[in-house]
Amino acid sequence: MKYLTEYRDAKLVRGVVDKIARIATRPWTIMEICGGQTHSIVRYGLDQILPPSIELVHGPGCPVCVTPLELIDKALAIAARPDVIFCSYGDMLRVPGSGRDLFSVKASGGQVRVVYSPLDAVEIAKQNPDKQVVFFAIGFETTAPANVMSVIAARSLGLKNYSVLVSHVRVPPAMHAILGSPSNRVQGFLLAGHVCAVMGYHEYPSLAEKYRVPMSVTGFEPLDLAQGILYTVRMLEQGRVAVENAYARTVTFDGNVPAQNAIHEVFEDCDRTWRGIGTIPMSGWRLRPEFAAFDAEKRFDVGDIQTKESPLCIAGQILIGMKKPHDCAAFGNECTPEHPLGATMVSSEGACAAYYKYKK
Amino acid sequence: MCLGVPAKIVDLYEKNGLQMARVDFGGVERETCLAYVPEAKVGDYCIVHVGFALNLISEEEARETMDLLKQISDLESEIGPAPA
Ligand code: SF4
Repeated sequence: MKYLTEYRDAKLVRGVVDKIARIATRPWTIMEICGGQTHSIVRYGLDQILPPSIELVHGPGCPVCVTPLELIDKALAIAARPDVIFCSYGDMLRVPGSGRDLFSVKASGGQVRVVYSPLDAVEIAKQNPDKQVVFFAIGFETTAPANVMSVIAARSLGLKNYSVLVSHVRVPPAMHAILGSPSNRVQGFLLAGHVCAVMGYHEYPSLAEKYRVPMSVTGFEPLDLAQGILYTVRMLEQGRVAVENAYARTVTFDGNVPAQNAIHEVFEDCDRTWRGIGTIPMSGWRLRPEFAAFDAEKRFDVGDIQTKESPLCIAGQILIGMKKPHDCAAFGNECTPEHPLGATMVSSEGACAAYYKYKK
Repeated sequence: MCLGVPAKIVDLYEKNGLQMARVDFGGVERETCLAYVPEAKVGDYCIVHVGFALNLISEEEARETMDLLKQISDLESEIGPAPA
């Protein structure tokens, strides 16, 4: 698109940052929800050019990072079965389970395939009728439309050998958990642009009101991020609580209604454990009972799972904005992208990986 | 995963009962499902996430946002940079 280069124009970004510096009279702590935004901020050094009084803390919006360890271990057990072709988004391959990762299951003969879209996994199931094809359906509201459509497509194709291992999470309940914590220090939010592209932003005004915290729907390019920060700082300075849209070229208030309908046809709300953070009530989605035939957890009995997390990893505190990657003693020492101790060092949306790549 | 990079729809077709498209991310082509943007036409721009178009991008909004941000920028250069 012809505007894209302009959204990376350093002079324009600088202009918006100057504006932020002029209106900011007090220190403010703002959280960007989405790990993709974290990477953009660190990559383009936006945190370096903002006035020092504006602190950005990184949020939990990294799907790979928050997928519970127990489910990773289940995935590893299912992927190791000789009758299974296990399909996953590429980011999951190096995520450490209790003992190993999907990559090492693949190296020792397991059929693990990286797919770009869950529909690729459906195609693999169609072409391998003698195999069980399992797709690791993880993510936030952004991957949900794709993941549910794979189930809908498998059903209409009459596939009996396709199932999904579901670990879906939602942003608003996580924000409740962060804002409701007595140690919360987040005063404003940059809402995840593409979550809002799917869901709209009608879920957020009540949240903003309840905790008296302003929010801006924000995109991913440097200029989008600067604009989101400007809107949020402006509301904070004016003592105004609202949800403003700094990403109007992509996000509408109502979001993508056909996608929301498909999600609600296939998924229902459930409690969900977030890796490192703990259980957040009604923060996830699981398959509705009508789709039980596509549930990999029901199809494969993997027995009792004993999970073991690295005692050094503080990713849980990083994911709720209490700590930053540099606060972890293992960062860059015992823990690197080649030998990750936690998922936040692996994912292209993880804060530890962003700091390692761009800041180390 | 493709963040924020808009893709241009170059070809429409059907596969496994779903409306699909070939889209172009500035030179790299991918297959994308259009189930959630049934109104999409060849030449439209969309945001793609894990092989699905999440929405169509309004060029008009893109232009308005850009004009607004340029105003903010110009204003600042007229009155000089903010003190560090
Ligand atoms: S640097 Fe590694 S061990 Fe430390 S919090 Fe990040 S992922 Fe966990």
